[in-house]
This record gives sequence, C-alpha cells and structure tokens, in this order.
Amino acid sequence: MRLRYVVPALVFAVLAAVFALYLHQVGSGGKNIAEVPSVFIERAAPPLALPPIEGMTGGLASADLGGRAVLVNVFASWCPPCRAEHPLLMRLAREGVLVYGINVKDKPADAKAFLAELGNPFARIGADRQGRAAIDWGVYGYPETFVVDRDSRIRYRHVGAITERDLETVIRPLLARLAR
Amino acid sequence: MIRVLAVVLLALAGAVPAGALEPGERLADPALEARAREIGKTLRCLVCQNQSIDDSDADLARDLRAVVRERLSAGETDRQVVAYVRDRYGDFVLLKPPFQPSTYALWAAPVVLFGLAALTVVVVLRRRRGAADVARLSAEEEARLARLLDDGRR
Repeated sequence: MRLRYVVPALVFAVLAAVFALYLHQVGSGGKNIAEVPSVFIERAAPPLALPPIEGMTGGLASADLGGRAVLVNVFASWCPPCRAEHPLLMRLAREGVLVYGINVKDKPADAKAFLAELGNPFARIGADRQGRAAIDWGVYGYPETFVVDRDSRIRYRHVGAITERDLETVIRPLLARLAR
Repeated sequence: MIRVLAVVLLALAGAVPAGALEPGERLADPALEARAREIGKTLRCLVCQNQSIDDSDADLARDLRAVVRERLSAGETDRQVVAYVRDRYGDFVLLKPPFQPSTYALWAAPVVLFGLAALTVVVVLRRRRGAADVARLSAEEEARLARLLDDGRR
C-alpha cells in the first residue's frame, strides 16, 4: 500500500531533477538549445571554390584550407551582428591568427565599403553571391565562424556573433591546441 | 444569391494554400512542382525552427526551396534531394524525426507511456474491486444494522 505514495513521489523527484538539470544547463552563459549542431564537426570541410569579391584579389578554395589551423568566418555587409563581432576578428588577425572570409549574398561595392570602414581581417575572401557555399557548409545564421584544423577538418562551429567570452573560453584554447 | 454562393465556394475550393512560396519560384512542370511542395513541407527552416521551408519567409527557406527545385529539375529523386539537405543541416532539418538508434527512445516513449497508464488503470481497478470485498458486512454486522434500523423506525 505504501507504493501508492512512493511511486508518485519518485516520479515527481525524477522529473524535478531532469527539469533542474535542464534549467541549470540553459542558464546564463549555458548552452543555447536553439542552436543546431553542425554535422561537419570532426569531418572534412565541404568543398569550396569561390572567386574573390569583384575588384579584389584572393578568392577561397578548398586548397587554401589545411596545412595550418584557420578561422573561417561567414559574413555579409547586410548583417548587423557581423559588424558587432568585427573588432574581435581584427584583433585575432593582428595577433597572427589566419582568418578567412566567406562573403555571402553581398554586392561587391557593399562588401568593399564594409571592409574599408571596419578594416579587413581576412587573409582571403571568397564571394558567395548565390549563398550556395553557405548552404554547403550548413550555414543558417549570420555570422557563423568555423575553426578548421590543419587537416581541413572542421573542429568547431559558432552560430551568431562571437563574443569576448566565446573567444577566451572556446576559440583561443582550441586554436592553441590545434597549433601544437 | 445561390449563384454568388456557388462562385465563392468554387473559388475557395480552388484555393490551395500557397505557403510562403512566391509565384516566380514555381516550376513550370506541375508534377515536379508538386513533388517540390511535398519535400518542402518535410524540411525545417532552421531560422524559424518550427516552420517548414514551404511556410517560411526566411531567406534561407527561400534558398532551400530553390535548391530543392534545381535538384528535382536535374532529375534527382525525392530521397536524393532530402539527403542533400540532410547531409548539410543534419537530422534536425527533418520535421519528422527518422527512426534510428538515437531516436528509438523518442518513438517508443508514447507506446511505453500508454502501456504504463493502461497497466496502472488495470491495477487500480483490480485493487478497488478487492477493497469492496473486504468492506462487505459480516452476517453479525448485518443483523446488528437491521436491529439499529428497526429501533430508529419505532
């Protein structure tokens, strides 16, 4: 007969524990449950063959990846968060981190004005006028930032603007590990 | 009046919900377009997350609708087209979760929970019937009850 009290109490306790754990995880600075994990983590970066932004040199192709860890940033002049994270990319580039850009669905003039105003942290930029390279990389929010290792494998993907905190807690430690 | 009503009803009958699809996106071949619509309904727009790419106005949804149509026009099967998108965006892009080891629990949960509920109901009903047997009065008690009732009536 005691079962009648024990079972509901047990069910309640288990549910409460699950909810508490979940709330704890999604708390401030915790994981973002709306973020969709990239299918390419630990897999080869999807092929790229992008021309440079019209009137610039460079372009971005698969052959440019590999040999050394690199940050690949998917950006556009029409994307406000891209503007917000730009100073961090500039800082990384100054520190010697290799940063590549994929410029998505941008008019060449707008992209060039964006870089002229905020600075150009990118060693190479590929222009993805149709947004198809972005789809090949599974991009769904702008900006997105990928860490690609020396074997051209994607090791990390960040959706949305990177913040100081992401930089210090995730991206920098990962780059340091990959440089070893 | 009836004629007006008939016209209105006919117009409504012909109105197919068009989702977020713009007229320019449509394929000329109605059979291919119908397949594209069916595929579009099964793919999640990752920007809005609870809308299909067929329903969503997001840029990404429009691009994916175009990709679906291009690949169908190139002669791919529905399965190939869905696989193309899934290879890039993962299982989450499918609005209906696939049946695979990582989702067994998800698919089994309703059956298991329903089973548990049914079992609980059966057990409770059984017990209640048992309890009723116990509560029945003994012959002695019946006699005493009859006496008390008689007393009350006098």
